Amino acid sequence: MPVIEITDLHKVYKVGEERVHALRGVDLAIERNEFVAIMGASGSGKSTLMNILGCLDKPTKGVYLLNDTPTHKIGMSALAQVRNEEIGFIFQSFELLNRASALKNVMLPMLYSASRLFTARKRARRALERVGLADRMGHRPNQLSGGQRQRVAVARALVNDPAILLADEPTGNLDSTTTTEIIQLFKELHDTGQTIIIVTHEEDVAGHAQRIVRLMDGKVISDHPTDEDPVHRDWLRTMAEGHTTHFDTAPSGDPGEQPGEPVNVISKTLENQASTAPAANGHANGHANGHAAGEVTPKPSPEQEGATS
Amino acid sequence: MNPVAIILKPLLFVVRVAVQTVFLALGQIWANKTRSVLTCLGIIFGVGAVIATVGLLGGMKGFVLKEFENLGARKMWVWGYVPEELRSTMSWSEARISSYETATILDYAPAVSSLTPMSDRSWDVYYDGKTIRGVEVTGIWPEWHEIEDRTMIYGRPFSQIDIDERRQVCLVNEAAVEELGLDTDPSGDFVIVRGRRFLIVGLVETKAVSVFQGGGDSQAEIFIPFETHKMLDPYSWTVLVMQLSTPDKAADAEAEVRAFLRRHREIDPGDPDTFRIEILQNAIEDFNNIARVATLGGGFVAAISLFVGGIGIMNIMLVSVSERTREIGLRKAVGAKPPVVLLQFLVEAVTLCVVGGLIGLAIGQGGILALRAAVDWMSEASVPPSVIAGAIAVTGATGVIFGMFPAIKAARLNPIDALRHE
Repeated sequence: MPVIEITDLHKVYKVGEERVHALRGVDLAIERNEFVAIMGASGSGKSTLMNILGCLDKPTKGVYLLNDTPTHKIGMSALAQVRNEEIGFIFQSFELLNRASALKNVMLPMLYSASRLFTARKRARRALERVGLADRMGHRPNQLSGGQRQRVAVARALVNDPAILLADEPTGNLDSTTTTEIIQLFKELHDTGQTIIIVTHEEDVAGHAQRIVRLMDGKVISDHPTDEDPVHRDWLRTMAEGHTTHFDTAPSGDPGEQPGEPVNVISKTLENQASTAPAANGHANGHANGHAAGEVTPKPSPEQEGATS
Repeated sequence: MNPVAIILKPLLFVVRVAVQTVFLALGQIWANKTRSVLTCLGIIFGVGAVIATVGLLGGMKGFVLKEFENLGARKMWVWGYVPEELRSTMSWSEARISSYETATILDYAPAVSSLTPMSDRSWDVYYDGKTIRGVEVTGIWPEWHEIEDRTMIYGRPFSQIDIDERRQVCLVNEAAVEELGLDTDPSGDFVIVRGRRFLIVGLVETKAVSVFQGGGDSQAEIFIPFETHKMLDPYSWTVLVMQLSTPDKAADAEAEVRAFLRRHREIDPGDPDTFRIEILQNAIEDFNNIARVATLGGGFVAAISLFVGGIGIMNIMLVSVSERTREIGLRKAVGAKPPVVLLQFLVEAVTLCVVGGLIGLAIGQGGILALRAAVDWMSEASVPPSVIAGAIAVTGATGVIFGMFPAIKAARLNPIDALRHE
């Protein structure tokens, strides 16, 4: 039984007079202990999908079963409880409370859980040990490095034993060394049975997942195991050939083409990424220091996507 | 799960959220000391004003009651008085308490147990070639000893025969002994008052004089029989000092004396009294009324400052909500339900207010302690625990009222937008 089952999911926003159709019928099933990367350009609907997967938002139409719970039917208060118990969030900018210690930060979700009254501290300790921060529990976020901060955030996400770990650009604010460190942590968690969904722009980050789901214009355009994903294979090939960017070698597609034929669709996706990420070479936003030949992935621009993406 | 746990768990949950929020809020206040104090200024001022007012009035009340006790709670004073509307047609000497009234009033006022007339004048007194000018010479009855609670140190008190025979005898106090250079036991010596020789029959103790009677340092006093005093000066002003049989007879005694005097003076119904009756009970009530008005004034100042302070709190909480929008978003993302967010911000506002209230309380109490140390008759100044509890409760309520709007705002934030907030 899949832990996440989405059928014909639609989301329509009203921005002023305009209606923005962010999701146009998404079908997706994620099994327990899968490690899935969701990719897509700005405006592809991946943030909307992410919000709905995280129970922060409700779909306009469609079915979302999380752990067999029909979350599209329940109220906002009940959704809050689902978020508390079933979902662990990891954000690009960590979202830690600066005036609280690592331990207190990890204990935060349990503050809102009536059922874990007396075990909060113990659980938080265990979660921090799990992410390798046993010796940093009393430190405040500003006394920790970026990687350590994200580890605290991961520990916080794990502390309630969620059904899914939902990471939104978790490495977006990290340099390459720390990125590797965090990805390694995700892989370890995955090895212990954790279901992980990661939303990312970075092809090399997505490469560590088992499966890549690509979105465009509010629809799933490709859903393959990582080693079978054409775009990813293409990217790997480019890397191997030592090209500076894979955009040079990407086959140019006809914009008028329908997204039925994989190659054209992918090329369109790539163009999309290139056009929406102006700092595509990665140097401009200062995260590229450690990158070697891998300087090919369009880094996400620091500002987050708009609500309508 | 057993039923007790089902009830207890949500309760414990709310308590724990509240307690944690209190500590968080205290941390916030400590981190932003200046801002917090400025925010709380209205609250601090309001609570400080109330505490100081109540303490001050408490001190004054304690003092006044003590003074009244010195004067005697069972006493009533009666003297002639010309009311405003009769000033053009009636002279003060006409309003004077007459000898007849003095002699017969007791028969018509059963609620009065004893009576002494008192008339005093300042006269020069001679002894052994020495003069003291302007000594207070008071004419009294023997009942005076009991009513004024003045006992003899040496010699004997006045007796009825001194009065009846208009004897030229006198009592002196210690100050008079000192000023005239009399013997320690002055009985048997003579002093000269208004050209007449008075035999000193005793030394009467000096009582601490109330400020209401022109208090302060004790001074030379000479007492002579009332009738003798009248003989020296028939026109001297007379005040009747009466002792009530019991303190609760005050109203009866007043009514009886008024009825007697009005009948004797043939005052028509509706016309004003040509005398005044003063009872301590009434004075205490007067004072209590003044104290009540002053308390109301203090309360009004406090209410205004609390209102202004509350607006300050609301403002700072709104700032806090918008500063911490992302944090609110995060809290919601990890499962904080809107009522819990509401509770958190309310608790924070209440904490801020109560901290301000406690500072105000400390300032008010400090002021009262300083006052007690500086002014000796304010030694009773203190604030009853009920007022302190009330002040804290009111500041807490201010927090709830003015924290509600920002808290609702925080609770209503959409987590997605909140997390994206810059």
